[in-house]
Amino acid sequence: MMGHVPLSWFLMLSAVLFSLGVAGFIFRRNIITMFMSIELILNAVNLTFITFAYQRQQVAGHLFAFFVMVVAAAEAAVGLAIILTVFKNRGTLNIDDLDSMKN
Amino acid sequence: MDLILFLVFAGIAVVAAINVVVQRHPISSAVSLIAVMGSLAVLYLLLGAEFLAAAQVIVYAGAIMVLFVFVIMLLNAGGETKAGRSFVASLLGVPVLVALLALLAFFTARIYPRDPEVHFGGFRGGTAQAVGRALFTTYLLPFEITSILILIAIVGAIVLARKELE
Repeated sequence: MMGHVPLSWFLMLSAVLFSLGVAGFIFRRNIITMFMSIELILNAVNLTFITFAYQRQQVAGHLFAFFVMVVAAAEAAVGLAIILTVFKNRGTLNIDDLDSMKN
Repeated sequence: MDLILFLVFAGIAVVAAINVVVQRHPISSAVSLIAVMGSLAVLYLLLGAEFLAAAQVIVYAGAIMVLFVFVIMLLNAGGETKAGRSFVASLLGVPVLVALLALLAFFTARIYPRDPEVHFGGFRGGTAQAVGRALFTTYLLPFEITSILILIAIVGAIVLARKELE
């Protein structure tokens, strides 16, 4: 029917966002940008959960997405506190300079 | 109508997500990420997830991104310097990502050869009432564990932040 959206388009959008998030995580060297790429990946996964909830006509997928959101909030709070501490101690956000565990 | 809505906001989401990855300064990436989250909230509404669309705007675009922007402003780290990447990463990176995307697309197309169609109002189980009922009956235990997780996160963040004050 005209005007309706195929379900797989939502899944494709989710795949594109997921791949872009992985690209950001791999190619960027700023630790905050890498962290934001992880948030992008989590958003892509949430879109998949909600698309499947529509397909199955069940609310369980919404709850999974809800728990992903909660975990992302907790992760952001702790992760940004760690980033603050690292910056105060090292004075840099470049991931290539944070290699003290290498030696 | 649904198709136009999807194409507009999916386009905004993809362009903003590309912008997140290619921008040099973290604050530009953060603003683009807010655009991604806002357009995803519209798509959640299209899929019948009313409660999660509101939660997406309030929790993600509101709380989490404000935290990000606050930390970026506080650190005032400036733009990213062009780092010398390893030869293997620069050679293989883009092909590997395209392969990942192609693999995901392939499985999506194989699992859904006949597309079920999405139209607004096709699923009415995503209201705050339905989500709340499921959350406090079937999923009560994970919900309660979540509260412990958030408590741990609060204590952890305070300990880390206090340590850097000394």
